[in-house]
Amino acid sequence: MRLLTHNMLACNIKGVTKGFPLGIEHTRLETKESELNADFLRHIFPKLDWKAFHEAAQSVGVNNIPDQVEPVMLDDDEFLRKFHHALLEVHLEEGALICPETGRRFPVTKGVPNMLLNEDEV
Amino acid sequence: MDCVVELEKHKTVDSLHSPSSLRISRVREQRKSFSSWQGASPRRRSASIRLVGRHPDVYEPCDDSFALVDALLADKANLVERRPKLCLEVGCGSGYVITSLALILADECHAQFFATDISQTAAQVTRETLSAHGLQADVVVTDLVHGLEKRLAGSVDVLLFNPPYVPTPEHEVGAAGITATWAGGDRGRVVIDRMLTMVDSLLSSKGWFYMVTLTANNPSEICQIMKKKGFASRIVIQRYTEEENLHVLKFWREDLAFDYDYNAETGGGGTTPQSSLSSKMSRLAFWR
Ligand SMILES: C[S@@+](CC[C@H](N)C(=O)[O-])C[C@H]1O[C@@H](n2cnc3c(N)ncnc32)[C@H](O)[C@@H]1O
Repeated sequence: MRLLTHNMLACNIKGVTKGFPLGIEHTRLETKESELNADFLRHIFPKLDWKAFHEAAQSVGVNNIPDQVEPVMLDDDEFLRKFHHALLEVHLEEGALICPETGRRFPVTKGVPNMLLNEDEV
Repeated sequence: MDCVVELEKHKTVDSLHSPSSLRISRVREQRKSFSSWQGASPRRRSASIRLVGRHPDVYEPCDDSFALVDALLADKANLVERRPKLCLEVGCGSGYVITSLALILADECHAQFFATDISQTAAQVTRETLSAHGLQADVVVTDLVHGLEKRLAGSVDVLLFNPPYVPTPEHEVGAAGITATWAGGDRGRVVIDRMLTMVDSLLSSKGWFYMVTLTANNPSEICQIMKKKGFASRIVIQRYTEEENLHVLKFWREDLAFDYDYNAETGGGGTTPQSSLSSKMSRLAFWR
């Protein structure tokens, strides 16, 4: 899974009010190149929680994502390249996502996060 | 000699007019011929059956999967025109459908694709299918869209669901193994009805939701339920196979008036595209 998906996932255990953003633990990361598309990046930009994205990028070792952003930066090719890389090219293959409120771990196995809840959590 | 002529004739008629189910059941015996059949129509652009991952516990692409992909192909021009950016399939199984959607939209839309399934095995098989086609998309193991629903709210442009729709005893819903891939409980509606409650919040203002149903699911009632939530609907494809009457329904927010000329598009063998609300309504009357 990529940071795009991380930015779209929240813990929804019953009663949890602050289930976002999930913490990231990783034992295996992979980088896979993909074609940069500025249209998509501009479309997704306002939908992202940038603070969560910035932190997530840092936790997977990508340190060149600015913590403050403005829409005008989307006209800068260099920024788009970094944004694209962190959002769509870094894959969390093995590890876990951690609920910020309860500490519940959602395992990530072969790139797939498992968000299924136990009966007592629903 | 006579016999040969008969056979030839049969073959021609069959390949032109048979519902794809017939084609497919034959194909299931002879997978090789299926790939050459696919190869023969390059415009199809659906996932290649040869490259679809398999596992005994994972739903293999079947008539319903093909009907859904045929509906997307029939609607391709409209889909491309909308420029969807975020697409999500719920219950992705083998990955045949989400892979096909990604291929259908590949050149024009620059979209990103998400898929979910309640089965970890299905999620892995979907990943294999995607990567066998050189595609990247993220797959999440979850119940319907749990965990994604808050952050994806209002953002999904294309939502797909080929649900477990077969009427079964309630306890088979969500049972272990392959049963859960098709068991739908009372009238086949248990999982469908849970999904219907999430559509409104997930879809973007221009979002479209495609879902497979059986006659036994009472599609006209499903359309009524969605109408109350503000969604218009139409049947993109109807397909009568030996075993089941399948419909692919499409829903969109009613406040966005669309008036497509669907007559221009047909979905291939065994398909009946509906062109207007009135013809749809008359068709709905038949379902009761
Ligand atoms: C009829 S199969 C369709 C598979 C694939 N989309 C296709 O068209 O070939 C239904 C799929 O939904 C999945 N499923 C069943 N219940 C689910 C739920 N509550 N949440 C997510 N997926 C579910 C099953 O594991 C199965 O893969």
